[in-house]
Amino acid sequence: MGVSTWLSIDSLGLTEGTARIIESATLTLSAQRSVVLGPNGAGKSTLLRLIHGLLHPSAGRIDWPQPLSQAMVFQRPVMLRTTALANVEYGLKLKGHAAPERRRRAAESLARVGLEHIASRPARLLSGGEQQRVALARAWALEPELLILDEPTASLDPASSREVEHIINEIAASGTRILMTTHNLGQAKRIAEEIVFIDRGRVVEQTAVEQFFTLPRTEAAQRFLQEETP
Amino acid sequence: MIEFSESFHTAWRLLAVSDARLFSIVLLSLSVSFGATLIACAIGMPIGSLLAVGRFPGRRALIVLFNGLMGLPPVVVGLLVYLLLSRAGPLGSYGLLFSPTAMVIAQAVLVTPIVAALTRQVIADEWSEYREQLRSLGASRARAAVTLLWDGRFSLSTAALAGFGRAVAEVGAVMIVGGNIDGVTRVMTTTIALETSKGDLPLALALGFILIAVVLSINAVAYAVRGWAERKWG
Repeated sequence: MGVSTWLSIDSLGLTEGTARIIESATLTLSAQRSVVLGPNGAGKSTLLRLIHGLLHPSAGRIDWPQPLSQAMVFQRPVMLRTTALANVEYGLKLKGHAAPERRRRAAESLARVGLEHIASRPARLLSGGEQQRVALARAWALEPELLILDEPTASLDPASSREVEHIINEIAASGTRILMTTHNLGQAKRIAEEIVFIDRGRVVEQTAVEQFFTLPRTEAAQRFLQEETP
Repeated sequence: MIEFSESFHTAWRLLAVSDARLFSIVLLSLSVSFGATLIACAIGMPIGSLLAVGRFPGRRALIVLFNGLMGLPPVVVGLLVYLLLSRAGPLGSYGLLFSPTAMVIAQAVLVTPIVAALTRQVIADEWSEYREQLRSLGASRARAAVTLLWDGRFSLSTAALAGFGRAVAEVGAVMIVGGNIDGVTRVMTTTIALETSKGDLPLALALGFILIAVVLSINAVAYAVRGWAERKWG
């Protein structure tokens, strides 16, 4: 587990019209695997998009003590109308890798997610689980220092979820920092070292995973766990 | 009524015997309209894609302009191209007036806004689906515009078809810049107009059948290809 801070967020805010989506969020991340939890509409996905640079904050700042290469995997995988291999290659192409190298790295990445046998199949015709694994392969091929995942298993069946979770753990084991959101508390327990709990756009609690699930500090987190636990 | 049925009969006979004059007109018509559509796609599709993906001052005004230009009156386009290509015009020295090239230019001017506006719509839909992923992977807007053009290639066939349909069916512009010269610039639509005015209905009718058949066939083939491609690539 890394101990040095790799991300520092100070008084981050995002306003859309009159709605405050993220409100004065302050956060310091140093754990290698952090999971953002919170009720629906709390602003989890928005926070990840702000961190990834897909959205620009209305207030506050995001500081990277040292620049980290990033990749992001979304809830619904977006596949180009080409083969699975070409989809993985596309990210490498954008980074300027030459054709032979990107072909090799893409093939390796597909193999790491167990999909080398479907490399030449049209990506959009694969199952949802396979598409999400291709998306993970596309991200992994870039060898990011930080992988951001926005509910990567939300639309998958349990078997596909387990496969995706296994791949996320493999990516983390390769040294990549993980920052993800999920609605699956079991998954959060299995993946996270640290939980960031947000509610109504505010970071209300940031604790080690064991503590969060046994003795959450805030009432909002206690209420959330009661409601989410069957 | 008798004249009408006789016209039909003669039209079928012309088609059945593969009348040389008839087919030279059809061939010229198709080559001019294919050429114009190709040029319109080469210009209009990148413009449409950049309008969908780009962020620059005047973008909204350009979108309104291209949407408006979809309804350009062919005779006005013909007149403008005529003025450009006429001996006293800026491009007069090339001697293109009353040639098939002039007809290709006029039709390309007419069709480019249609292709650009329809492409913008297709790519805008794609962009809303792909934007976050492409930006996350580091694609610039220009790069995204190229990627989406390729990715939306099957949907864009509709834009190309609409452009071809407009080109092959129009009469005003090619009449003005082509001059409807027999054996040189006479195409299906100008022949139909001329022969009808002369009262020679069989040839006009035969060409009318062919025009409709060509447009329907091309649409049917494109529809089948698009269906196949969507089944293959999703």
